[in-house]
Amino acid sequence: MNGQIIGLKTIVRREVTRLIRIWRQTILPPIITSTLYFLIFGNFIGDRIGDIENTSYLSFMVPGLILMTVITNSFTNVSSTVFGAKFQKSLEELLVSPLKNTTILTGYILSGVIRGCMTGLMVSIVSLFFAPIHIYSYAISIISMLLTSILFSLAGFINALYAKSFDDISILPTFILTPLTYLGGVFYSVSLLPPLWQQISYFNPVLYLINLFRYGFIGISDINTSYSLIILTIFTALFWVLSLHLLKKGFAGYRT
Amino acid sequence: MSNAIEIKDLKKTYPNNINALKGISLNIQNNDFYGLLGPNGAGKSTTISIIVSLVKKSSGQVIINGQDIDLDHSAAKQHIGIVPQEFNFNIFEPCQQIIINQAGYYGVERHIAEQRCDQLLSEVGLMDKKHLPAGSLSGGLKRRLMIARALIHQPSILILDEPTAGVDISLRRQMWQILKEKNQNGLTIILTTHYLEEAEQLCENIGIINHGQLIENTSKTGLLAQLNMESYLLFCDPIESFPQQSPFSIQQITNNKLEATLNSNQSISELIHYLTQHQITIHRIQNKVNRLEELFVNLTEGAPI
Ligand SMILES: Nc1ncnc2c1ncn2[C@@H]1O[C@H](COP(=O)(O)OP(=O)(O)OP(=O)(O)O)[C@@H](O)[C@H]1O
Ligand SMILES: [Mg+2]
Repeated sequence: MNGQIIGLKTIVRREVTRLIRIWRQTILPPIITSTLYFLIFGNFIGDRIGDIENTSYLSFMVPGLILMTVITNSFTNVSSTVFGAKFQKSLEELLVSPLKNTTILTGYILSGVIRGCMTGLMVSIVSLFFAPIHIYSYAISIISMLLTSILFSLAGFINALYAKSFDDISILPTFILTPLTYLGGVFYSVSLLPPLWQQISYFNPVLYLINLFRYGFIGISDINTSYSLIILTIFTALFWVLSLHLLKKGFAGYRT
Repeated sequence: MSNAIEIKDLKKTYPNNINALKGISLNIQNNDFYGLLGPNGAGKSTTISIIVSLVKKSSGQVIINGQDIDLDHSAAKQHIGIVPQEFNFNIFEPCQQIIINQAGYYGVERHIAEQRCDQLLSEVGLMDKKHLPAGSLSGGLKRRLMIARALIHQPSILILDEPTAGVDISLRRQMWQILKEKNQNGLTIILTTHYLEEAEQLCENIGIINHGQLIENTSKTGLLAQLNMESYLLFCDPIESFPQQSPFSIQQITNNKLEATLNSNQSISELIHYLTQHQITIHRIQNKVNRLEELFVNLTEGAPI
Protein backbone atom coordinates (compact mmCIF):
# COMPACT_ATOMS: atom_id res chain seq x y z
CA MET A 1 0.00 0.00 0.00
CA ASN A 2 1.12 3.54 -0.65
CA GLY A 3 2.93 5.08 2.34
CA GLN A 4 0.77 8.19 2.30
CA ILE A 5 -2.41 6.10 2.51
CA ILE A 6 -1.02 4.11 5.45
CA GLY A 7 -0.12 7.42 7.10
CA LEU A 8 -3.58 8.82 6.47
CA LYS A 9 -5.24 5.75 7.95
CA THR A 10 -2.96 6.02 10.96
CA ILE A 11 -3.90 9.65 11.62
CA VAL A 12 -7.62 8.94 11.32
CA ARG A 13 -7.38 5.87 13.50
CA ARG A 14 -5.45 7.76 16.14
CA GLU A 15 -7.98 10.60 16.13
CA VAL A 16 -10.97 8.28 16.34
CA THR A 17 -9.30 6.49 19.26
CA ARG A 18 -8.96 9.85 20.95
CA LEU A 19 -12.60 10.67 20.23
CA ILE A 20 -13.67 7.47 21.93
CA ARG A 21 -11.18 7.76 24.79
CA ILE A 22 -12.63 11.14 25.78
CA TRP A 23 -16.27 10.35 24.95
CA ARG A 24 -17.52 12.31 27.93
CA GLN A 25 -16.24 15.47 26.27
CA THR A 26 -16.99 14.51 22.71
CA ILE A 27 -20.06 12.35 22.44
CA LEU A 28 -22.14 13.01 25.52
CA PRO A 29 -22.49 16.85 25.50
CA PRO A 30 -24.28 17.18 22.12
CA ILE A 31 -26.85 14.58 23.18
CA ILE A 32 -27.55 16.38 26.43
CA THR A 33 -27.69 19.88 24.94
CA SER A 34 -29.89 18.91 22.04
CA THR A 35 -32.29 17.05 24.31
CA LEU A 36 -32.59 20.19 26.42
CA TYR A 37 -33.20 22.38 23.37
CA PHE A 38 -35.84 20.05 22.01
CA LEU A 39 -37.55 19.88 25.40
CA ILE A 40 -37.55 23.60 26.00
CA PHE A 41 -38.15 25.02 22.52
CA GLY A 42 -40.08 22.11 21.16
CA ASN A 43 -42.26 20.93 23.96
CA PHE A 44 -42.38 23.64 26.62
CA ILE A 45 -42.61 26.85 24.57
CA GLY A 46 -42.74 25.69 20.97
CA ASP A 47 -46.56 25.58 20.88
CA ARG A 48 -46.75 29.22 21.88
CA ILE A 49 -44.42 30.23 19.06
CA GLY A 50 -46.66 28.70 16.43
CA ASP A 51 -45.72 27.58 12.92
CA ILE A 52 -42.99 29.02 10.72
CA GLU A 53 -43.68 28.82 7.00
CA ASN A 54 -46.41 26.22 7.63
CA THR A 55 -44.07 23.95 9.59
CA SER A 56 -44.23 23.35 13.32
CA TYR A 57 -41.59 25.32 15.16
CA LEU A 58 -39.91 22.12 16.34
CA SER A 59 -39.58 20.69 12.82
CA PHE A 60 -38.24 24.04 11.67
CA MET A 61 -35.66 24.07 14.44
CA VAL A 62 -34.44 20.45 14.12
CA PRO A 63 -32.23 20.93 11.03
CA GLY A 64 -30.80 24.15 12.48
CA LEU A 65 -29.87 22.41 15.68
CA ILE A 66 -28.36 19.43 13.87
CA LEU A 67 -26.21 21.67 11.74
CA MET A 68 -25.20 23.78 14.71
CA THR A 69 -23.96 20.59 16.33
CA VAL A 70 -22.02 19.66 13.20
CA ILE A 71 -20.44 23.13 13.07
CA THR A 72 -19.31 23.27 16.69
CA ASN A 73 -18.13 19.69 16.87
CA SER A 74 -16.12 19.73 13.66
CA PHE A 75 -14.50 22.98 14.62
CA THR A 76 -13.75 22.07 18.21
CA ASN A 77 -12.47 18.63 17.33
CA VAL A 78 -9.84 19.82 14.91
CA SER A 79 -8.86 23.00 16.73
CA SER A 80 -8.41 21.24 20.05
CA THR A 81 -6.61 18.17 18.77
CA VAL A 82 -4.24 20.14 16.55
CA PHE A 83 -3.52 22.78 19.15
CA GLY A 84 -3.14 20.06 21.77
CA ALA A 85 -0.62 18.33 19.51
CA LYS A 86 1.22 21.60 19.01
CA PHE A 87 1.22 22.30 22.74
CA GLN A 88 2.54 18.84 23.60
CA LYS A 89 4.83 18.99 20.54
CA SER A 90 3.45 15.66 19.35
CA LEU A 91 2.57 17.44 16.11
CA GLU A 92 6.30 17.01 15.40
CA GLU A 93 5.69 13.28 14.98
CA LEU A 94 3.80 14.14 11.81
CA LEU A 95 5.96 17.04 10.70
CA VAL A 96 9.24 15.08 10.77
CA SER A 97 7.72 12.12 8.92
CA PRO A 98 7.58 11.75 5.14
CA LEU A 99 3.86 12.54 5.16
CA LYS A 100 2.93 15.22 2.68
CA ASN A 101 1.11 18.31 3.92
CA THR A 102 -2.00 17.26 1.99
CA THR A 103 -2.01 13.91 3.80
CA ILE A 104 -1.66 15.52 7.23
CA LEU A 105 -4.42 18.01 6.45
CA THR A 106 -6.74 15.36 5.01
CA GLY A 107 -6.22 13.20 8.10
CA TYR A 108 -7.22 15.96 10.49
CA ILE A 109 -10.14 17.11 8.35
CA LEU A 110 -11.46 13.55 8.10
CA SER A 111 -11.32 13.25 11.87
CA GLY A 112 -13.29 16.50 12.19
CA VAL A 113 -15.83 15.29 9.64
CA ILE A 114 -16.22 12.02 11.53
CA ARG A 115 -16.85 13.80 14.80
CA GLY A 116 -19.11 16.45 13.22
CA CYS A 117 -21.27 14.02 11.27
CA MET A 118 -21.38 11.49 14.08
CA THR A 119 -22.68 14.04 16.57
CA GLY A 120 -25.01 15.47 13.93
CA LEU A 121 -26.42 12.02 13.41
CA MET A 122 -26.89 11.53 17.12
CA VAL A 123 -28.80 14.77 17.43
CA SER A 124 -30.95 13.65 14.48
CA ILE A 125 -31.74 10.45 16.36
CA VAL A 126 -32.58 12.38 19.53
CA SER A 127 -34.88 14.64 17.50
CA LEU A 128 -36.88 11.59 16.41
CA PHE A 129 -38.15 11.35 19.97
CA PHE A 130 -39.65 14.82 19.65
CA ALA A 131 -40.67 15.25 16.02
CA PRO A 132 -41.01 12.95 13.04
CA ILE A 133 -38.42 13.56 10.32
CA HIS A 134 -39.34 13.30 6.65
CA ILE A 135 -36.24 14.11 4.72
CA TYR A 136 -37.03 16.20 1.65
CA SER A 137 -33.77 15.52 -0.22
CA TYR A 138 -31.19 13.07 1.06
CA ALA A 139 -28.61 14.25 -1.47
CA ILE A 140 -28.76 17.89 -0.42
CA SER A 141 -28.90 17.01 3.28
CA ILE A 142 -25.85 14.78 3.08
CA ILE A 143 -23.83 17.06 0.80
CA SER A 144 -24.51 20.11 2.90
CA MET A 145 -23.72 18.33 6.13
CA LEU A 146 -20.44 17.00 4.70
CA LEU A 147 -19.41 20.34 3.23
CA THR A 148 -20.25 22.12 6.46
CA SER A 149 -18.19 19.75 8.53
CA ILE A 150 -15.27 20.02 6.10
CA LEU A 151 -15.48 23.81 6.15
CA PHE A 152 -15.51 24.07 9.93
CA SER A 153 -12.86 21.40 10.38
CA LEU A 154 -10.66 23.53 8.14
CA ALA A 155 -11.54 26.62 10.14
CA GLY A 156 -10.58 24.76 13.33
CA PHE A 157 -7.32 23.67 11.74
CA ILE A 158 -6.40 27.19 10.70
CA ASN A 159 -7.33 28.50 14.13
CA ALA A 160 -5.08 25.90 15.78
CA LEU A 161 -2.12 26.72 13.56
CA TYR A 162 -2.35 30.43 14.33
CA ALA A 163 -3.04 29.90 18.02
CA LYS A 164 -0.28 30.48 20.54
CA SER A 165 -2.25 29.73 23.71
CA PHE A 166 -5.39 27.95 24.84
CA ASP A 167 -7.06 31.38 24.96
CA ASP A 168 -6.55 31.76 21.23
CA ILE A 169 -8.44 28.53 20.76
CA SER A 170 -11.54 29.73 22.58
CA ILE A 171 -11.67 33.30 21.26
CA LEU A 172 -12.88 32.40 17.79
CA PRO A 173 -15.71 30.10 18.91
CA THR A 174 -16.88 32.50 21.60
CA PHE A 175 -16.73 35.77 19.75
CA ILE A 176 -17.32 34.74 16.17
CA LEU A 177 -18.59 31.22 15.69
CA THR A 178 -21.33 31.18 18.34
CA PRO A 179 -22.82 34.59 17.41
CA LEU A 180 -22.75 33.74 13.72
CA THR A 181 -24.44 30.42 14.34
CA TYR A 182 -27.14 31.78 16.65
CA LEU A 183 -27.77 34.70 14.31
CA GLY A 184 -27.62 32.42 11.27
CA GLY A 185 -31.22 31.35 11.58
CA VAL A 186 -30.97 28.20 13.69
CA PHE A 187 -33.98 29.29 15.71
CA TYR A 188 -35.83 31.57 13.30
CA SER A 189 -36.44 32.37 9.69
CA VAL A 190 -34.79 35.60 8.54
CA SER A 191 -38.03 36.54 6.87
CA LEU A 192 -39.33 37.27 10.36
CA LEU A 193 -36.67 39.93 10.93
CA PRO A 194 -37.04 43.67 10.25
CA PRO A 195 -35.61 44.60 6.79
CA LEU A 196 -32.37 46.10 8.15
CA TRP A 197 -31.53 42.96 10.13
CA GLN A 198 -32.45 40.83 7.16
CA GLN A 199 -29.92 42.74 5.06
CA ILE A 200 -27.24 42.32 7.72
CA SER A 201 -27.99 38.63 8.03
CA TYR A 202 -27.14 38.07 4.40
CA PHE A 203 -23.48 38.78 5.25
CA ASN A 204 -23.47 35.85 7.64
CA PRO A 205 -22.07 32.77 5.86
CA VAL A 206 -23.66 30.43 8.40
CA LEU A 207 -27.09 31.58 7.23
CA TYR A 208 -26.42 29.98 3.84
CA LEU A 209 -25.35 26.68 5.37
CA ILE A 210 -28.29 26.41 7.67
CA ASN A 211 -30.75 27.27 4.95
CA LEU A 212 -29.19 24.83 2.55
CA PHE A 213 -29.38 22.06 5.10
CA ARG A 214 -32.89 23.01 6.12
CA TYR A 215 -33.90 22.89 2.50
CA GLY A 216 -32.51 19.36 2.20
CA PHE A 217 -34.29 18.41 5.38
CA ILE A 218 -37.73 19.95 5.14
CA GLY A 219 -37.72 21.65 1.75
CA ILE A 220 -37.86 25.18 3.18
CA SER A 221 -35.19 27.82 2.60
CA ASP A 222 -34.84 31.58 2.86
CA ILE A 223 -32.16 31.54 0.21
CA ASN A 224 -31.62 30.11 -3.26
CA THR A 225 -30.09 26.63 -2.88
CA SER A 226 -27.53 26.71 -5.66
CA TYR A 227 -26.34 30.10 -4.45
CA SER A 228 -25.76 28.59 -0.99
CA LEU A 229 -23.92 25.60 -2.45
CA ILE A 230 -21.60 27.81 -4.47
CA ILE A 231 -20.74 30.00 -1.50
CA LEU A 232 -20.10 26.97 0.67
CA THR A 233 -17.82 25.40 -1.93
CA ILE A 234 -15.85 28.59 -2.49
CA PHE A 235 -15.19 29.06 1.22
CA THR A 236 -14.18 25.42 1.61
CA ALA A 237 -11.70 25.71 -1.25
CA LEU A 238 -10.25 28.94 0.16
CA PHE A 239 -9.79 27.46 3.62
CA TRP A 240 -8.17 24.36 2.14
CA VAL A 241 -5.63 26.41 0.23
CA LEU A 242 -4.89 28.59 3.25
CA SER A 243 -4.35 25.51 5.47
CA LEU A 244 -1.88 23.99 3.02
CA HIS A 245 -0.14 27.31 2.63
CA LEU A 246 0.35 27.58 6.41
CA LEU A 247 1.68 24.02 6.66
CA LYS A 248 4.16 24.75 3.91
CA LYS A 249 5.25 28.29 4.69
CA GLY A 250 5.16 27.97 8.46
CA PHE A 251 2.82 28.81 11.32
CA ALA A 252 3.01 29.83 14.97
CA GLY A 253 5.57 27.38 16.32
CA TYR A 254 6.94 25.59 13.28
CA ARG A 255 8.53 25.92 9.89
CA THR A 256 8.98 29.67 10.17
CA MET B 1 32.37 6.09 1.21
CA SER B 2 29.25 8.05 0.35
CA ASN B 3 27.75 10.77 2.48
CA ALA B 4 24.69 10.24 4.63
CA ILE B 5 24.27 13.96 5.13
CA GLU B 6 25.76 16.88 3.25
CA ILE B 7 25.19 20.38 4.50
CA LYS B 8 26.36 23.31 2.41
CA ASP B 9 26.54 26.88 3.67
CA LEU B 10 23.44 26.49 5.78
CA LYS B 11 22.10 29.74 7.17
CA LYS B 12 19.17 30.47 9.41
CA THR B 13 17.79 33.73 10.68
CA TYR B 14 14.66 33.28 12.81
CA PRO B 15 11.75 35.69 12.35
CA ASN B 16 12.86 37.47 15.56
CA ASN B 17 16.14 38.25 13.74
CA ILE B 18 18.22 35.81 15.78
CA ASN B 19 20.99 34.69 13.50
CA ALA B 20 21.17 31.07 14.60
CA LEU B 21 23.27 29.63 11.76
CA LYS B 22 25.82 31.68 9.88
CA GLY B 23 26.82 29.30 7.11
CA ILE B 24 27.56 25.77 8.19
CA SER B 25 29.10 23.24 5.82
CA LEU B 26 29.48 19.69 6.93
CA ASN B 27 29.60 16.19 5.50
CA ILE B 28 28.72 13.15 7.54
CA GLN B 29 29.68 9.81 6.05
CA ASN B 30 27.60 6.68 6.02
CA ASN B 31 27.97 4.63 9.16
CA ASP B 32 29.75 7.45 10.96
CA PHE B 33 29.13 8.13 14.63
CA TYR B 34 29.22 11.88 14.55
CA GLY B 35 29.14 14.13 17.59
CA LEU B 36 27.86 17.67 17.25
CA LEU B 37 29.02 19.69 20.21
CA GLY B 38 28.60 23.29 21.18
CA PRO B 39 27.46 25.48 24.05
CA ASN B 40 23.80 26.35 24.69
CA GLY B 41 22.30 28.34 21.84
CA ALA B 42 25.10 27.41 19.43
CA GLY B 43 22.68 26.21 16.75
CA LYS B 44 22.76 22.42 17.09
CA SER B 45 19.01 21.92 17.43
CA THR B 46 18.36 24.47 14.70
CA THR B 47 20.53 22.46 12.31
CA ILE B 48 18.72 19.26 13.19
CA SER B 49 15.29 20.89 12.97
CA ILE B 50 16.07 22.09 9.45
CA ILE B 51 17.06 18.56 8.41
CA VAL B 52 13.69 17.17 9.55
CA SER B 53 11.60 20.14 8.33
CA LEU B 54 10.55 21.55 11.69
CA VAL B 55 12.35 24.77 10.86
CA LYS B 56 12.69 26.41 7.45
CA LYS B 57 16.24 27.27 6.41
CA SER B 58 17.07 30.77 5.21
CA SER B 59 19.59 29.57 2.65
CA GLY B 60 22.02 26.77 1.88
CA GLN B 61 21.62 23.17 0.87
CA VAL B 62 20.93 19.94 2.72
CA ILE B 63 21.32 16.57 1.00
CA ILE B 64 20.29 13.35 2.68
CA ASN B 65 21.48 10.10 1.10
CA GLY B 66 21.84 11.96 -2.17
CA GLN B 67 18.38 13.56 -1.97
CA ASP B 68 18.15 17.33 -1.84
CA ILE B 69 15.54 18.36 0.73
CA ASP B 70 14.47 21.22 -1.52
CA LEU B 71 13.52 18.79 -4.26
CA ASP B 72 11.81 16.04 -2.30
CA HIS B 73 11.91 16.52 1.43
CA SER B 74 9.34 13.79 1.91
CA ALA B 75 11.60 11.16 0.33
CA ALA B 76 14.64 12.47 2.18
CA LYS B 77 12.91 12.27 5.55
CA GLN B 78 12.12 8.60 5.01
CA HIS B 79 15.79 7.81 5.77
CA ILE B 80 15.90 9.62 9.09
CA GLY B 81 14.90 8.70 12.60
CA ILE B 82 14.92 11.50 15.12
CA VAL B 83 15.13 11.69 18.90
CA PRO B 84 14.45 15.33 19.72
CA GLN B 85 15.85 17.34 22.60
CA GLU B 86 12.44 17.78 24.23
CA PHE B 87 9.76 15.17 24.81
CA ASN B 88 7.32 15.36 21.96
CA PHE B 89 4.71 12.68 22.32
CA ASN B 90 1.14 12.68 23.54
CA ILE B 91 1.46 11.85 27.23
CA PHE B 92 -1.98 10.21 27.25
CA GLU B 93 -1.13 7.67 24.58
CA PRO B 94 0.28 4.28 25.58
CA CYS B 95 3.92 3.63 24.61
CA GLN B 96 3.00 0.96 22.10
CA GLN B 97 0.48 3.22 20.34
CA ILE B 98 3.02 6.02 20.05
CA ILE B 99 5.55 3.76 18.38
CA ILE B 100 3.10 1.99 16.09
CA ASN B 101 1.50 5.26 14.99
CA GLN B 102 4.91 6.66 14.17
CA ALA B 103 5.54 3.62 12.00
CA GLY B 104 2.29 4.39 10.18
CA TYR B 105 3.42 7.95 9.42
CA TYR B 106 6.49 6.42 7.76
CA GLY B 107 4.31 4.08 5.71
CA VAL B 108 5.01 0.88 7.65
CA GLU B 109 2.05 -1.50 7.62
CA ARG B 110 0.49 -2.03 11.01
CA HIS B 111 1.10 -5.76 11.42
CA ILE B 112 4.79 -5.28 10.61
CA ALA B 113 5.00 -2.35 13.00
CA GLU B 114 3.48 -4.41 15.81
CA GLN B 115 6.19 -7.07 15.56
CA ARG B 116 9.01 -4.56 15.31
CA CYS B 117 7.58 -2.59 18.20
CA ASP B 118 7.84 -5.52 20.61
CA GLN B 119 11.39 -6.17 19.49
CA LEU B 120 12.39 -2.53 20.01
CA LEU B 121 10.58 -2.19 23.31
CA SER B 122 12.49 -5.14 24.69
CA GLU B 123 15.78 -3.79 23.32
CA VAL B 124 15.31 -0.54 25.20
CA GLY B 125 13.86 -2.31 28.24
CA LEU B 126 10.33 -0.93 28.06
CA MET B 127 8.44 -4.12 27.34
CA ASP B 128 6.69 -4.14 30.72
CA LYS B 129 5.57 -0.52 30.19
CA LYS B 130 4.07 -1.23 26.76
CA HIS B 131 0.48 -0.40 27.66
CA LEU B 132 1.17 2.44 30.08
CA PRO B 133 0.52 6.03 29.01
CA ALA B 134 3.82 7.67 28.05
CA GLY B 135 3.26 10.42 30.60
CA SER B 136 3.65 7.93 33.42
CA LEU B 137 7.25 7.03 32.49
CA SER B 138 10.24 8.53 34.28
CA GLY B 139 12.41 10.98 32.35
CA GLY B 140 15.04 8.42 31.38
CA LEU B 141 12.43 5.94 30.20
CA LYS B 142 10.74 8.64 28.13
CA ARG B 143 14.08 9.15 26.32
CA ARG B 144 14.26 5.45 25.62
CA LEU B 145 10.72 5.48 24.32
CA MET B 146 11.76 8.19 21.87
CA ILE B 147 14.74 6.08 20.76
CA ALA B 148 12.46 3.11 20.07
CA ARG B 149 10.05 5.39 18.22
CA ALA B 150 12.86 6.80 16.07
CA LEU B 151 13.97 3.33 14.99
CA ILE B 152 10.60 1.78 14.17
CA HIS B 153 10.78 2.53 10.44
CA GLN B 154 14.38 1.23 10.25
CA PRO B 155 16.03 4.47 9.19
CA SER B 156 19.60 4.51 7.91
CA ILE B 157 20.37 7.69 9.83
CA LEU B 158 19.57 8.26 13.49
CA ILE B 159 19.78 11.79 14.85
CA LEU B 160 19.75 12.23 18.61
CA ASP B 161 19.55 15.68 20.17
CA GLU B 162 20.92 15.37 23.70
CA PRO B 163 19.51 11.89 24.26
CA THR B 164 21.11 11.41 27.65
CA ALA B 165 20.21 14.74 29.28
CA GLY B 166 18.84 13.92 32.71
CA VAL B 167 19.53 10.20 32.36
CA ASP B 168 21.30 8.48 35.25
CA ILE B 169 24.72 6.92 34.82
CA SER B 170 23.69 3.30 34.50
CA LEU B 171 20.84 4.08 32.10
CA ARG B 172 23.21 6.25 30.11
CA ARG B 173 25.72 3.45 29.77
CA GLN B 174 22.97 1.09 28.66
CA MET B 175 21.91 3.61 26.05
CA TRP B 176 25.49 3.95 24.85
CA GLN B 177 25.62 0.21 24.46
CA ILE B 178 22.46 0.18 22.37
CA LEU B 179 23.74 2.99 20.16
CA LYS B 180 27.15 1.39 19.71
CA GLU B 181 25.53 -1.86 18.60
CA LYS B 182 23.24 -0.09 16.15
CA ASN B 183 26.23 1.78 14.75
CA GLN B 184 28.19 -1.44 14.35
CA ASN B 185 25.24 -2.84 12.42
CA GLY B 186 25.51 -0.04 9.90
CA LEU B 187 23.38 2.79 11.29
CA THR B 188 24.73 6.30 10.82
CA ILE B 189 24.38 8.16 14.11
CA ILE B 190 24.53 11.87 14.74
CA LEU B 191 24.42 12.94 18.33
CA THR B 192 24.52 16.22 20.16
CA THR B 193 25.57 16.23 23.74
CA HIS B 194 26.89 18.41 26.52
CA TYR B 195 28.66 15.46 28.12
CA LEU B 196 32.12 15.46 26.63
CA GLU B 197 32.73 12.05 28.10
CA GLU B 198 29.87 10.79 26.00
CA ALA B 199 31.38 12.17 22.81
CA GLU B 200 34.76 10.74 23.75
CA GLN B 201 33.21 7.32 24.38
CA LEU B 202 30.98 7.10 21.34
CA CYS B 203 31.92 9.35 18.48
CA GLU B 204 34.35 8.77 15.68
CA ASN B 205 34.12 12.27 14.32
CA ILE B 206 33.30 15.48 16.08
CA GLY B 207 32.09 18.88 14.99
CA ILE B 208 31.94 21.85 17.29
CA ILE B 209 29.42 24.60 16.63
CA ASN B 210 29.69 27.96 18.32
CA HIS B 211 27.57 31.03 17.63
CA GLY B 212 26.14 29.45 14.51
CA GLN B 213 29.50 28.52 12.99
CA LEU B 214 31.29 25.23 12.70
CA ILE B 215 34.61 25.95 14.39
CA GLU B 216 35.95 22.41 14.38
CA ASN B 217 35.22 19.33 12.31
CA THR B 218 37.64 16.47 12.69
CA SER B 219 38.12 12.95 13.95
CA LYS B 220 38.03 12.43 17.69
CA THR B 221 41.64 11.25 17.69
CA GLY B 222 42.63 14.32 15.71
CA LEU B 223 40.87 16.53 18.18
CA LEU B 224 42.51 14.90 21.16
CA ALA B 225 45.91 15.20 19.48
CA GLN B 226 45.39 18.94 19.40
CA LEU B 227 45.57 18.94 23.13
CA ASN B 228 48.89 20.46 23.94
CA MET B 229 48.21 20.91 27.61
CA GLU B 230 47.55 18.50 30.35
CA SER B 231 46.46 19.19 33.91
CA TYR B 232 47.37 17.29 37.04
CA LEU B 233 46.26 17.36 40.65
CA LEU B 234 49.21 17.02 43.01
CA PHE B 235 48.77 15.85 46.61
CA CYS B 236 51.61 16.83 48.93
CA ASP B 237 52.65 17.46 52.53
CA PRO B 238 51.20 20.65 53.97
CA ILE B 239 52.92 23.50 52.17
CA GLU B 240 54.69 26.15 54.17
CA SER B 241 55.86 28.48 51.49
CA PHE B 242 54.74 28.37 47.92
CA PRO B 243 57.02 29.74 45.17
CA GLN B 244 55.64 33.02 43.83
CA GLN B 245 57.18 32.77 40.41
CA SER B 246 57.58 29.50 38.57
CA PRO B 247 58.11 28.27 35.02
CA PHE B 248 55.02 26.11 35.45
CA SER B 249 51.41 27.12 35.76
CA ILE B 250 50.66 26.03 39.31
CA GLN B 251 47.73 26.89 41.51
CA GLN B 252 47.45 26.14 45.19
CA ILE B 253 44.03 24.64 45.88
CA THR B 254 44.33 23.70 49.56
CA ASN B 255 47.38 23.63 51.72
CA ASN B 256 48.14 20.09 50.57
CA LYS B 257 46.78 20.12 47.07
CA LEU B 258 48.04 21.81 43.92
CA GLU B 259 46.87 21.95 40.36
CA ALA B 260 49.50 22.16 37.64
CA THR B 261 49.08 22.53 33.89
CA LEU B 262 51.94 21.47 31.65
CA ASN B 263 52.37 22.40 28.04
CA SER B 264 53.77 20.01 25.50
CA ASN B 265 57.44 20.89 26.03
CA GLN B 266 57.34 20.53 29.80
CA SER B 267 57.70 17.14 31.43
CA ILE B 268 56.25 15.87 34.64
CA SER B 269 59.66 14.94 36.00
CA GLU B 270 60.77 18.54 35.54
CA LEU B 271 57.77 19.63 37.52
CA ILE B 272 58.43 17.22 40.37
CA HIS B 273 62.07 18.15 40.41
CA TYR B 274 61.16 21.82 40.61
CA LEU B 275 58.71 21.27 43.47
CA THR B 276 61.13 19.12 45.44
CA GLN B 277 63.70 21.90 45.16
CA HIS B 278 61.14 24.14 46.83
CA GLN B 279 60.63 21.70 49.71
CA ILE B 280 57.30 20.41 48.47
CA THR B 281 56.93 16.64 48.68
CA ILE B 282 54.50 15.00 46.31
CA HIS B 283 52.69 11.81 47.40
CA ARG B 284 50.31 11.28 44.64
CA ILE B 285 49.58 12.62 41.17
CA GLN B 286 46.18 12.49 39.54
CA ASN B 287 45.52 13.23 35.91
CA LYS B 288 42.78 15.81 35.82
CA VAL B 289 39.89 14.17 34.00
CA ASN B 290 38.21 15.17 30.86
CA ARG B 291 40.80 16.63 28.65
CA LEU B 292 38.25 16.99 25.90
CA GLU B 293 36.22 19.19 28.17
CA GLU B 294 39.11 21.59 28.55
CA LEU B 295 39.81 21.64 24.88
CA PHE B 296 36.14 22.38 24.29
CA VAL B 297 36.19 25.32 26.66
CA ASN B 298 39.38 26.63 25.07
CA LEU B 299 37.93 26.33 21.60
CA THR B 300 34.51 27.83 22.25
CA GLU B 301 35.65 30.64 24.52
CA GLY B 302 38.50 31.64 22.28
CA ALA B 303 36.36 31.67 19.15
CA PRO B 304 35.31 34.93 17.49
CA ILE B 305 31.75 35.99 18.25
N1 LIG C 1 11.93 28.98 17.28
C1 LIG C 1 12.89 29.89 17.51
N2 LIG C 1 12.61 31.19 17.31
C2 LIG C 1 13.57 32.11 17.52
N3 LIG C 1 14.82 31.86 17.91
C3 LIG C 1 15.16 30.58 18.13
C4 LIG C 1 14.21 29.53 17.94
N4 LIG C 1 14.82 28.36 18.23
C5 LIG C 1 16.08 28.67 18.57
N5 LIG C 1 16.29 30.00 18.53
C6 LIG C 1 17.56 30.70 18.80
O1 LIG C 1 18.53 30.20 17.91
C7 LIG C 1 19.78 30.03 18.57
C8 LIG C 1 20.23 28.59 18.42
O2 LIG C 1 19.36 27.75 19.16
P1 LIG C 1 19.46 26.18 19.15
O3 LIG C 1 18.27 25.68 19.86
O4 LIG C 1 19.70 25.71 17.79
O5 LIG C 1 20.76 25.95 20.05
P2 LIG C 1 21.39 24.59 20.59
O6 LIG C 1 22.78 24.55 20.09
O7 LIG C 1 20.52 23.45 20.29
O8 LIG C 1 21.41 24.87 22.16
P3 LIG C 1 21.14 23.89 23.39
O9 LIG C 1 22.43 23.21 23.66
O10 LIG C 1 20.79 24.83 24.50
O11 LIG C 1 20.05 22.97 23.03
C9 LIG C 1 19.56 30.47 20.00
O12 LIG C 1 19.99 31.79 20.11
C10 LIG C 1 18.08 30.39 20.18
O13 LIG C 1 17.65 31.34 21.11
MG1 LIG D 1 19.44 22.17 21.38
